[in-house]
Amino acid sequence: MTLTAIPVTSRKDWSSDQEVRWCPGCGDYSILAAVQMLMPELGVRRENTVFLSGIGCAARFPYYMNTYGMHSIHGRAPAIATGLATSRPDLDVWVISGDGDSLSIGGNHLIHALRRNVRLNILMFNNQIYGLTKGQYSPTSEVAKVTKSTPFGSLDTPFNPVSLALGAEATFVARTHDMDRAHMQEMFRRAQAHNGAAFVEVLQNCNVFNDGAFEKITGKEVRSDMLIPLRHGEPIVFGAEGSERGVAQRPDGGLEIVDVAEFGMEALLVHDEKRDDPGLAFTLSRLARGPYEPTPIGVFRAVERPEYGNQMSEQIIGAQERRGLGDVAELLRSGSSWTVE
Amino acid sequence: MRGQGTEQLDQVIVRFAGDSGDGMQLTGDRFTTSSALLGNDMSTFPDFPAEIRAPAGTINGVSAFQVHISDHDILTPGDSPNVLVAMNPAALKANLDLMDKGTILLVNSDAFEERNLAKAGYDSNPLTDGSLGAYTVYEVPMTSITQEVCKEAGVKPRDAERSKNFFALGLVSWLYTRPIDPTLAWISERFGSKPQVAEANTRAFRAGFDFGETAELFESNYEVRPATFEPGEYVQVTGNSATAWGLIAASRLAGLPLFLGSYPITPASDILHELSRRKEFGIRTFQAEDEIAGIGAALGAAFGGALGVTTTSGPGLDLKSETIGLAINLELPLVIVDVQRGGPSTGLPTKTEQADLLHAMYGRHGEAPLPILAPQTPSDCFAVAIEAVRLAVKYRTPVIVLSDGYLANGAEPWKLPDLDTLAVIEPDFAAEPNHTEEDGTPVFWPYVRDPETLARPWAPPGIPGLEHRIGGLEKADGSGNVSYEGVNHERMVHLRRDKIAGIAGDIPLLEVNDETGDAQLLLVSWGSTYAAVAAGVKRVRARGMKAAHAHLRYLNPFPANLGDVLGRYTQILVPEINLGQLSRILRSDFLVDAQSLSKMQGVPFRVGEIESAITMLLGGKSS
Repeated sequence: MTLTAIPVTSRKDWSSDQEVRWCPGCGDYSILAAVQMLMPELGVRRENTVFLSGIGCAARFPYYMNTYGMHSIHGRAPAIATGLATSRPDLDVWVISGDGDSLSIGGNHLIHALRRNVRLNILMFNNQIYGLTKGQYSPTSEVAKVTKSTPFGSLDTPFNPVSLALGAEATFVARTHDMDRAHMQEMFRRAQAHNGAAFVEVLQNCNVFNDGAFEKITGKEVRSDMLIPLRHGEPIVFGAEGSERGVAQRPDGGLEIVDVAEFGMEALLVHDEKRDDPGLAFTLSRLARGPYEPTPIGVFRAVERPEYGNQMSEQIIGAQERRGLGDVAELLRSGSSWTVE
Repeated sequence: MRGQGTEQLDQVIVRFAGDSGDGMQLTGDRFTTSSALLGNDMSTFPDFPAEIRAPAGTINGVSAFQVHISDHDILTPGDSPNVLVAMNPAALKANLDLMDKGTILLVNSDAFEERNLAKAGYDSNPLTDGSLGAYTVYEVPMTSITQEVCKEAGVKPRDAERSKNFFALGLVSWLYTRPIDPTLAWISERFGSKPQVAEANTRAFRAGFDFGETAELFESNYEVRPATFEPGEYVQVTGNSATAWGLIAASRLAGLPLFLGSYPITPASDILHELSRRKEFGIRTFQAEDEIAGIGAALGAAFGGALGVTTTSGPGLDLKSETIGLAINLELPLVIVDVQRGGPSTGLPTKTEQADLLHAMYGRHGEAPLPILAPQTPSDCFAVAIEAVRLAVKYRTPVIVLSDGYLANGAEPWKLPDLDTLAVIEPDFAAEPNHTEEDGTPVFWPYVRDPETLARPWAPPGIPGLEHRIGGLEKADGSGNVSYEGVNHERMVHLRRDKIAGIAGDIPLLEVNDETGDAQLLLVSWGSTYAAVAAGVKRVRARGMKAAHAHLRYLNPFPANLGDVLGRYTQILVPEINLGQLSRILRSDFLVDAQSLSKMQGVPFRVGEIESAITMLLGGKSS
C-alpha cells in the first residue's frame, strides 16, 4: 500500500462520537487532543490503528478514538497488546496507561513488553496519584505523601518511570508533559516511527487529586529554567535564554548542572540517544530527584534491536521454507504408526 | 537356553519403578511402543514425583510407569500389576502395596545394598529376610551386568550404570516376547549424535534380552497376542499430544492462525512444547511472563482475528480468571485448556484430579457463564479440542477444556480419523456495517446479535467502517457503547446466559449405555473417569448385575436430554476424582439424588473400586 492511497483525514475523523468524561481541567484532555491532531499526519489508516488500555482514568482513552480499540483490565494492556501486535504486524498498536496501571498492577507486563521489543507505542500518563479510585498514592508518588490511604504519609520509594524502562532493556524511552502539545506530538511521532517497544512518560496533571504535581517544572513561567530538552547530537543546555545552563559529566561519571558561561560549551555532555550502553541515559533520567529540580525531557534512548513480532514471523516463514506448509495428516503420523488390516 | 516354552496370556500389567533419574518413563514408553506396534491394545499410566531429581534412592524420588497390554479391548492401565520391575529398594517399597500375592517382582539386586536399603527405610534386606515370600521374586544384578557388557565398548562404569534401564527393558521384552528391532532402531536414532551412549544402551538392551533367554531363571516367557482392532491406521497418542494436534487441526478447519499464549506449568507444558515445534503450521507460540499474560496475549490475538488459545493447570486457571471474565464480556473466541492436577494451591503438581469443575463453572465474579468440555480418553482430546474451537468461534465465547494429568500423560492406541470428514469451522467475520442510524448513515454495532446463536459479530481490525471499541465495562445492547443503565445490564446478563445455554441445541444428546434397558442404577462419569466406570460396568454385567452408564463430554451446557435421562433411574452414582462436584451440580440443577463416589489420591479410580461401589448399591456381594 502506498502512502498516496491513504485518505486525507482531520482530527474529526479520528474522534469517536462518545462524550469525553474526564474531570474538567484534566491533563488527559490535552493529551487526547495532541494525539487526535497528530494522527492525520502519521500516514496511517484508522482501520489499521488500535488503541488498547487497562484500567484507570487514562484507560478511557480508546473510547474517544475513532479507531479499533479495547478497554481491557487493570495492568494487562501490554500483555493483550503483545498478542495483538505480534499476530497482526500490519497494525499500529497504541497502549494507553497510567502510573498505577503500568507500574503497580501491570509492572510485570510492562517490563517484559519492553525487553521483548514488541512493536507497541506505550504512552504512560504519570500523575503520581490514583485518580479513578479517588486519590490514593501511586507507585510514582513522592515519599511521605499524605492521601486517603496514607494519612500518616506514604512509606514507599517511588519508581522513576524512565529509569525503570531503561533498566528493562527498552529500545525507545522518552518523557514529555501535558502542557506542551508540540513536544508531546514530537515524542508520539518518534514513538510511532520506532520499530519496537516505545515507552513515553507523559507528565500529566490530575487537577482533582494531585493538582500542581509538576507545576514547579512545567509551569509556563518556570518551564524554560526547569525543563532540560534533550536533542540528539547536541550539547545538553537549557535556560530562559536557551543555553545559560547545561549538563556536564563529572570525572566520577555522574552528571551535574553547570553554568555554561563559566564552564564553556565544550565542557557539556553531548546527548547521544543511540548510545548502545543505556548507562548514561539512566544517569540522565535521575538528574532530578523529583519534579522540583531541573528535569530532562525528550528522547533518552532510541536504539535499533530486532522487533519481536517480526522475529516470530520469521521463525514461521523459516520453518515453512524448510518443512513446507504443514500437513495435518502427516502430523498425526509423526510418531510410529501401524496398520490393522 | 530357553526354559519350558512360551505361555499365552490375554493381558499383562507391567509397572516399571526406579529413581527419577533411572529413565523409567522412557523405559515404560518404549515397552508401550513395541507393544503397540505388535498390535496389542494398551493403556498407560505414568506416575512420577514433582521433583525432577529427589535425593537418589529415597521413596520421594521414585518414578513409575504402568502399562497394561492385552489381546482384547481395554480401557484402563489396570488395577494391580502382574510384574513390578524395581530398580532399587525404594522403588520396591513404594510400589509393593499395589502388588497382589503371587505376582512377579523383578529386582535389580545390585541396588539392594546397605546404603540404599537405609535410604528406603528398610531395617533388613527384603530379598533375604523372607518378607517377600508371597511373591515370585527374580533377583537380577542389572547394574553389574550392564557395566560388564559396556566395558568392552570402552564405556566407563559410571556412564554404563546409566544404561541399566535398557537392560531392564531388554529383560522385560524377552519376558513378554516383544520385538527387539523397533527398540534397537529407536536407540540408534535417538542417541545417534552420541555414539557411545547409543552403543552402551544397545549392549545393555541386548544383554537384558539375552539374560532372559539364557539365565534359566524363568520357567517360561509369555506372549500377549495382538488385539482385534477395527481396520485402519493407528498411532499411540497421549492426551497432551492429542490436544495440541486437535488445536492445529481446528486452526486449519477454521482457516485461523493459531496463537498460543502460555506459561510453563505441570502437567500442561507438553502442549506448549508440541505446538512450539510445529511452526510450519503458522503457529505463534508465546511463552509469556506469567499465566495472566499468557491468556492476555491469546485474547489480544483473538481480537486481531487469530485462534487464541491458552494452556494451563489449576494455579494458572486461578490467575486467568479475570481475563476469562473479560473475554466473556468482550464476547471473543478463546480456548482455555486446563490440565487438572491435585489442588488446592501447588497441591500435587504431577498427580491427577478433577477438582476444577466448579471453578470452571463458577469461578469468576459476576454472572459469567461459558461452555465447558472434557475429553474422556487421551485420544479424545483431539476431538474435544476441535469441538472447543468450533463452539468458541461460532458463539464468540471463551471455552474451557478440562483435561487432567492422567489423560495428559497417559497413552493409548488411536485409530486415525478421516480428516476429510471433519467439518469446516466458519469464522464468519463481519464485513460491513450492520446498523443504520436515524439519519440513514450505515454504521457498525459490535453487539448486534445473530438471532439464532445470539453471537455478536467478530470484526478484527483492518476493515474500514467497522472501527469499534469494546471493553470490560457493561455495554449497551446493540451499539456496544458503555452503559451503566440497570435494565440494560439485566438484559445483557440474560443474553450472555441464554447464548451459552442455547448451545445445548447444538451438541449431541446424551447417550446411555443400558444393555438391557431396565437397569435401576445409572452411573454418570465425566472426563477421565470414563475408563474406570465403563470397565466397572462391564465387570458387574459379567456377573449378572444391571447398571447403566452415561458419560458427559459437555459439562456446560449439559446435553438437552440430561434431565430426562436422570429421571429414568432410581439410583444415580457419580464417581469423581474430587469431593463430588458434578454430583452437586446434578443435584442442584435437576433435583435428583445423585450420589457421589469420591477419590482423591492423585490416581484414577481402579476398576475394582467402581465394581465394589456398584455391587454395594445393588445390594450384592462385593467380588
